[in-house]
Amino acid sequence: MVITDELVTYLEALGRIKLPEESREKAKNDLQEILQYIDTLSELDTEGIEPMSHALPLTNVMRDDVVAPSIPREEVLANAPAQKDGCFLVPRSFD
Amino acid sequence: MATSWEIVMGLEVHVELATKTKIFCSCTTEFGGDPNTHCCPVCTGMPGVLPTLNREVVNYAVKAGLATNCTITQYNKFDRKNYFYPDLPKAYQVSQLYLPICRNGGIEIEAEGGGKKIIGIHEIHMEEDAGKLVHDPWTDSTLVDYNRCGVPLIEIVSEPDFRSANEVIRYLEKLKAILQFIGVSDCKMQEGSLRADINLSVRPVGSEKFGVRTEMKNMNSFKAIARAINGESKRQIEVLEEGGEVKQETRRWDDNKDASFAMRSKEDAQDYKYFPEPDLIPIEISDEMIDNLRNSLPELPEAKRSRYVSELGLSDYDAGQITSSKYLVALFEENLEAGYPAKEIANWIMGEVMRMLSDSGKEPEDISFEYKHLGALIGMVQKNEITRNTAKKVFKAVFETNCDPVKYVEDNNLKTVTDTGAVKAAIQEVVAANQKSVDEYKSGKEKALQYLIGQSMRALRGKADPQTVTAILKEILG
Repeated sequence: MVITDELVTYLEALGRIKLPEESREKAKNDLQEILQYIDTLSELDTEGIEPMSHALPLTNVMRDDVVAPSIPREEVLANAPAQKDGCFLVPRSFD
Repeated sequence: MATSWEIVMGLEVHVELATKTKIFCSCTTEFGGDPNTHCCPVCTGMPGVLPTLNREVVNYAVKAGLATNCTITQYNKFDRKNYFYPDLPKAYQVSQLYLPICRNGGIEIEAEGGGKKIIGIHEIHMEEDAGKLVHDPWTDSTLVDYNRCGVPLIEIVSEPDFRSANEVIRYLEKLKAILQFIGVSDCKMQEGSLRADINLSVRPVGSEKFGVRTEMKNMNSFKAIARAINGESKRQIEVLEEGGEVKQETRRWDDNKDASFAMRSKEDAQDYKYFPEPDLIPIEISDEMIDNLRNSLPELPEAKRSRYVSELGLSDYDAGQITSSKYLVALFEENLEAGYPAKEIANWIMGEVMRMLSDSGKEPEDISFEYKHLGALIGMVQKNEITRNTAKKVFKAVFETNCDPVKYVEDNNLKTVTDTGAVKAAIQEVVAANQKSVDEYKSGKEKALQYLIGQSMRALRGKADPQTVTAILKEILG
């Protein structure tokens, strides 16, 4: 897979970031190198091996449906850049 | 000749599960509450936290699958659906893309134009709900409340089997009844615990190929859903008949404007970059677990309906109406167990209960009187302690204030006057005071008799049996 300028622009959009013009070329090369490195995995024969989503041989770690106290609202909102009426206040996000 | 069009629809129904706690943390799922008071580091997506699955969510999802004839996936995983929107503090929703917990089910509904029809269920998967956004007009910003964030949901995805708004409503009513009966959700649409998105396309009748579909969101009642389907199908047909093309997009239904509008946001964000959720480990559901859950299911609405008809002699229509709601069934069965006749209880439910619900714009789940009060009322009518008309008035009071009907009848002195001497005395007074009507009756005017009956009932404050009053009146008049 080749990292193109269009792909970098698409990734910017998905990540909601804007790369400075002078960093774009470097980012492109870095991404290409990362992909090449990951590609070394395809040298292995993985025929018939189930993909795993977890490294531990565990299943069914679950908890009972019992309510525990939540945390105080001041703590929930402690890092909010802006708040109003007990809510996080964020830029307008409706249509 | 104008083309006839066929509407093709599939439904995605989101149902909030009735667990006490959220899907991955122990915060309460209680509806309402001050904003951001049902939150913890897990459900607000703080860095470094570890979610732990609520086992009841799995139980409820399996039950929902079994009650809708699905196959249960015995090896389950969760996946991350990534999207950037402030209702989701982690910027991803934990859901199931690759291995949904239930697949290949179906629900039988009455088809348009009679007969039965199976609506296929493609899959049911488990996921977490998002937070609530409220527009703040003063700052022109958005307020975010994460109380709902992490409340467990199942998403029930149907096959594109619907051809009319009626079929959609029948399916939703049935689905709602089933989920309420098995206790996995209260399905309150006004509180958002049952939400339906509709995928709709149109095609010329006889065509095999599906048209381009739109997805409609934001409908919060069955009536709004029916209006949205009619509005959106008309819009698509108009576009096509004018030679245009339907765009695949998400549209928001505005019930006040009776029209749907294309939603602009999320349009670029359709790339959800799904990948397996590494913080949660797989779930294995054993045969034994499935058997236990299957055995724990109560009698389902369809089975109940047939039994009410065959064992209790109710009409299929009445049985269908009563079994459409867990709450009507509870009202019916509690009084049946108390020994009141099935048909009499059914008549009251189909008559006065339904009327009062519809007049007050309420749903069966909003019934606030004690179920036993209906039986007490039926008992008084059976024993001729009150007339049917009085009983209806008493029921209104019971429905509105949950008062004890026996006490209400006593307090308001509503008992039927059974002392014929007293009835006779009252009628004689009426006769004496209305000589003109008496003369008219005697000269052959039937209307005059009705007037005298009315006056007598009034004098007795409606507490006498009208037939007795008529008989005594005729006797006095000779």
